[in-house]
Amino acid sequence: MDQARGAGYEVVARQDFSDVTFLLEVRHPLLARAARPGQFVIVMASEHGERIPLTIADYDRERGTVTLVIQAVGKTTLEMQRNCRVGTRLVALVGPMGVPSHIGQARKVLCVGGGLGVAPVYPQARGYKESGAYVIGILGFRNRDLVFWEDKFRATCDELIVCTDDGSAGIKGLVTEGIRLAVARHRDIDECVAIGPPVMMKGCAEATRGSGIRTIVSLNPVMVDGTGMCGGCRVKVGDAVKFACVDGPDFDGHLVDFDDLMFRLQRYRETERAATERFNENCRMRSLAAQPVVAE
Amino acid sequence: MPGDARPKKKTIRMIPQARTPAHEQDPAARACNFDEVNLGYLVEDAQLEAERCLMCPEQPCVAGCPVGVAIPDFIQRITARDYRGAYDVITSTNLLPAVCGRVCPQESQCEGSCTVGDTLEPVAIGRLERWVGDLAIRERWSNVPYIQPSGFKVGIVGSGPAGMACAADMAKAGCEVTVFEAFHEPGGVLKYGIPDFRLPNKVVDAEIVKLEALGIRFECNTLVGRLFTIEQMVEEMGFHAVFVGTGAGYPSFMGIPGESLNGVLSANELLTRCNLMHAREFPDYDTPMQPGRRVVVIGAGNTAMDALRVSLRLGAESVRCLYRRSRAEAPARAEEIHHAEEEGIEFHWLASPVELLDDGKRNVRAVRCIRMTLGEPDASGRRRPVPEAGSEFEIEADMVVYAIGTNANPIIGQTSKLKLDPRGYIATDATLATSIPGVFAGGDIVTGAATVIEAMGAGRRAARAMKAFLGLRDTDHVYRDDAAEPGSRPFGIERAERGFARIRVPR
Repeated sequence: MDQARGAGYEVVARQDFSDVTFLLEVRHPLLARAARPGQFVIVMASEHGERIPLTIADYDRERGTVTLVIQAVGKTTLEMQRNCRVGTRLVALVGPMGVPSHIGQARKVLCVGGGLGVAPVYPQARGYKESGAYVIGILGFRNRDLVFWEDKFRATCDELIVCTDDGSAGIKGLVTEGIRLAVARHRDIDECVAIGPPVMMKGCAEATRGSGIRTIVSLNPVMVDGTGMCGGCRVKVGDAVKFACVDGPDFDGHLVDFDDLMFRLQRYRETERAATERFNENCRMRSLAAQPVVAE
Repeated sequence: MPGDARPKKKTIRMIPQARTPAHEQDPAARACNFDEVNLGYLVEDAQLEAERCLMCPEQPCVAGCPVGVAIPDFIQRITARDYRGAYDVITSTNLLPAVCGRVCPQESQCEGSCTVGDTLEPVAIGRLERWVGDLAIRERWSNVPYIQPSGFKVGIVGSGPAGMACAADMAKAGCEVTVFEAFHEPGGVLKYGIPDFRLPNKVVDAEIVKLEALGIRFECNTLVGRLFTIEQMVEEMGFHAVFVGTGAGYPSFMGIPGESLNGVLSANELLTRCNLMHAREFPDYDTPMQPGRRVVVIGAGNTAMDALRVSLRLGAESVRCLYRRSRAEAPARAEEIHHAEEEGIEFHWLASPVELLDDGKRNVRAVRCIRMTLGEPDASGRRRPVPEAGSEFEIEADMVVYAIGTNANPIIGQTSKLKLDPRGYIATDATLATSIPGVFAGGDIVTGAATVIEAMGAGRRAARAMKAFLGLRDTDHVYRDDAAEPGSRPFGIERAERGFARIRVPR
């Protein structure tokens, strides 16, 4: 019975960018073939796990793999950081979900990634490049230790601006600073894609609002199924209420109600914190138990 | 007269007058656990209740059943203590007796048209069906017929009741059937929607094992439309026919102020977290659930009853139901409303929310409601609720659950050229064929939200059309020699064959 329902999805490569950010490359040839920029997957790491949405960071149709970049912030992602080694299997991996990003006729595009959002903006940058656009990448990190994929973006983008909060790499400042630089240099930017934490996407939308650059953001609300069934991911876009999983996840950044999104993202903060603390405590107990008892 | 085996015709005076009650968990105890409320019949209860069937010749119950189960026939076999026979009769038309006996709205179907019901309470057909179904699971009965492979490959999208029913019929017709499910477990609404105290997931799993015994393969974690399209299934993946039963799971909200406050969610979200994702067993399972202390559920259908009773079991202090019409118009099964009331759910009939109020920290604090009165009947035949001016009042709530219905799931429409109707449901003809040849659809994705048995009926109707499309013999009509009543073979000729002449060809 289990065989017919699939025995899981094998992790074929892993790379750790920092103590918190890591990359998993998972084998799923059909998914690699179907994935498009802007789409996401839902992952269940274990039988008792929760379903978490992760944006597809890359896909390789030849190798038959999809790449996910994960930040260990809560119980589930911490556990994945600990357990997902090469050769292990994810219990569930379903997708690609959401409406693919519309890579239109834009001639000059800003691709802005903040923190973990750097990963999912990569397929978009590549998509725009392939469609013949002039691509300006803007990547934001807290400091130089957290920087990843700079070379990958350099090989794809026509220009790249790296921003760090403390100035330890690239320019000092937020990605909005990078946007201001790019807009000052290029008067003819048609589109901006911004992916990252909600507060960063809100900043990007504000930064481009005056100049009238069409700005697309990729939203990441709380989700259960990812197929339009629970409605947990509903977001306010203009006057309408949309489900990010089936109507998005891409929306017009100038219309999204980011404050509403940020409040709704806090819904499970308490339970999440309790679960994380419990997990860390369990890990500590386990490592104590694993230490050899020192004789008197 | 000795030797006359024909049973005497029963009359209404001869049968047990009162309906045999089912064993139930005590309301106070069950409000704190997720075990099944209705514990069903024991063998003596089933025997007694089976006595109540008049075996009337009109058989209105069969006509009242969406799949036409031969009800008097299986009841008669219970009386004759031929339980396996009863199971065989049911499963020749209804695949999932243990499920349907629990979740069908019998009062508006078979039991609603029962002849006994004209005078007394109708025969408890649902309870009898469930008893037979549970016995079959305990005894590990399953009917795996001899299947002649037909060489056709059939793909089913969605593993809910419509998909299951279609899959079973196509597998019996010799097709190689694969069922695709987006969730990590098969079963659809039976798993994520209906809670364990009404339909235990292990009952669903037991029925799925029987489907697997027919050779059906379940492929989970597969989002059809996005992973591959319906067109690809037909053109590239070698499926000779496809059935789409993706359901109508896109929850509706009302569009009143305050719906994006924290603590406001759809019944689907509450039920999925609690049932499929085991949030009630947090932290053993990782999915969180923040149970409300004062819960208000909007709506009075079966989903609303499930949401109310789940909230109660999650430990809410007060659980209230708001419905804009009166009890008589409530779409839930009578038994569910009755059970909910017994458990202490408060019903506020003729009240509708107009605004959800904020506690200042973006959490819901209360529901502002307005009283309604019933006016003239509307298009649905139910009396239209009309708001009473100046009758507004507030109900405190830290969790508000919407159970006011669902819309068509948009994924198949977004990703295929299948023709949709103006409301976004898949357009089909009377045989459930869609605009793409070889692709059929049925269940909620065609009709809008309905019942489990109606979806199963649709799955079976689509299977019939699919067999015709593939040029397969319709295997629904199984020739059963013993189905004939005593005395139905005048002059040794089967009643069904009366119109045929037999000739002997001279050598």
